Amino acid sequence: MQTEALLHTPKAASEPILAVENLKAYYTTKAFGIDRDIRAVDDISLTIAKGEIYGVAGESSSGKTSLIKTIVGAIRPPLHVVGGSVCFNFEGQAYNIYDLGPDELQTIRWRHLSYIMQGSMNVLNPVRRIKHSFFDFAFAHMGLDRATFWDKVREHLRRLDLDPGVLDSYPHQLSGGMRQRTTIALATVCTPEFIVADEPTTALDVIVQRDVLTMLRDIQRDLGSSFLFVTHDMSVHATVSDRIGIVYAGRLVEEADTPTLFRGARHPYTQHLVASLPKIGDATRRASLSGRPPSLADPPAGCRFHPRCPLAMDICSKQVPPLNPLAPRHRVACFAVSGATS
Amino acid sequence: MSLLLDIDHVGKTFLQGGLLSRRSIEAVKDISLQIEVERPEILSVVGESGSGKSTLAAMVLGQQLPTRGRVLFDGVDVASIRSRADRCAFMAKVQPVLQNPFEAFNPLKRVDRYLFATAANFMTANGKPTRQEIEARVDRVLVEVGLTLAEVRGRFPHELSGGQLQRTAIARALIPEPRLLVADEPVSMVDASLRMSIVNLFGALRDRLGLSIIYITHDLATAYYISDRIIIMRKGEVVERGDARTVLDNPQHPYSIALKNAVLTPDFA
Repeated sequence: MQTEALLHTPKAASEPILAVENLKAYYTTKAFGIDRDIRAVDDISLTIAKGEIYGVAGESSSGKTSLIKTIVGAIRPPLHVVGGSVCFNFEGQAYNIYDLGPDELQTIRWRHLSYIMQGSMNVLNPVRRIKHSFFDFAFAHMGLDRATFWDKVREHLRRLDLDPGVLDSYPHQLSGGMRQRTTIALATVCTPEFIVADEPTTALDVIVQRDVLTMLRDIQRDLGSSFLFVTHDMSVHATVSDRIGIVYAGRLVEEADTPTLFRGARHPYTQHLVASLPKIGDATRRASLSGRPPSLADPPAGCRFHPRCPLAMDICSKQVPPLNPLAPRHRVACFAVSGATS
Repeated sequence: MSLLLDIDHVGKTFLQGGLLSRRSIEAVKDISLQIEVERPEILSVVGESGSGKSTLAAMVLGQQLPTRGRVLFDGVDVASIRSRADRCAFMAKVQPVLQNPFEAFNPLKRVDRYLFATAANFMTANGKPTRQEIEARVDRVLVEVGLTLAEVRGRFPHELSGGQLQRTAIARALIPEPRLLVADEPVSMVDASLRMSIVNLFGALRDRLGLSIIYITHDLATAYYISDRIIIMRKGEVVERGDARTVLDNPQHPYSIALKNAVLTPDFA
């Protein structure tokens, strides 16, 4: 049996559920009287349509998680937003995340916007049964009486092929995969319209990973939610995401529909990322990229990829390439591709 | 034919619980495996979490003693090593590379300190080594993995990228001139753009230094790419073994087939 793609559901262009514009968020540290800015999110704009799965790929410390945190408004010092806006559209009503007070933010969290955190199989309280976690997280947001609430939770677990008996277990009694699926159930029990998943399958082995991804597909299909899906694993993106944005050193360098990105990537970094993926049945030698990812505290001037780029030109070290549309739904930030016009 | 490593019907049972509710968990059941001296190779050990891969590695490294069977390295039973000198001689020949380079190094200590300490501990053949001898050896192994001492000297772990740190960990393992590396998930924490450089490095070490490597992973794609032989483990047992390409191109055991089918490939795009 060959595995089929899990998720691709072509989307008609509909109104965006999320619009991010020129978002900038820096970590500012003050040590010995010296201010340092770590530019983790630097001028990122993107939109996500209703029912779409938008994948964000990039290596560790490229700012993926910071991007998510700024999008969901989970901002804690030293991270702070320097500029830009994040606008959600839930049930026809616009919410600008940074204009909302803590109470208003609380009303859209979980109900409309839910966040599956990195390493989320470890978020369950180890000394309490799982049902308490469900109660603490979700009860206040659902507005139901207790009996209906528990019926609803059980029904949701059954729909995700989880035995409602997990509610009476402690986290340590479940395997990593079960815990991960339980936290996904927890994050989706309020049927949110927008779900952010940060590395939901990293650290799981391949078979469990497949189960978890299948489960996310089912949720997406049942609820019609939009996903912002973050992982560094390009194979997971190939299976799950409708559209992918590649983040390098805090900037979005390329964005395209999944098939376009894998078959016709234009940015040299994306091309390398796709070409270096090993595959079963193909043992041809894969080149590795020289150099190292730049430090975000002191990124290279101009295009941040230029010190490692095979196509680097003079202009690349002087100017920042804009993210230009190359074709409909395909944007690239590279002078070598879009021509040095600016 | 002499054997570098001879794992002979090895089993490991862990006991859990107290007097009243004692349970035993068989982490590894009756595994046999040989690596020949003349044929250095990369041997992949693949399987789901909890299949006993890491327990097997711990027994090869002498960190766990087998409950049944024997692990022979160069004809010597690893369990029979008692004295400090014997243990050092054994450790010089078998070195580990750990999963997460950020956890392998103490964040408060400079990275080069590990390299110098390892060199000082193992270069004792001609008495105590001098500072120059130590630095020369450290520089040589760093060049072997594509770094230089100048890049690493005085750096703390957070100042190096994951790939550089993992290379440094491999360089440290090369200092005593080992014959076998045991690498437990060495690339799972390394960035996508640097992962292949580590995997290619393993291939180069095998070809250039004649080093055998036990490569523990659950990434079948890199196992296919780099390894010569593969064993697929499930619940402590080997369910399939053989030439890596042959096994993965055409797996026979239902579990191997399930494992291969669960692998996500970029072809879905």
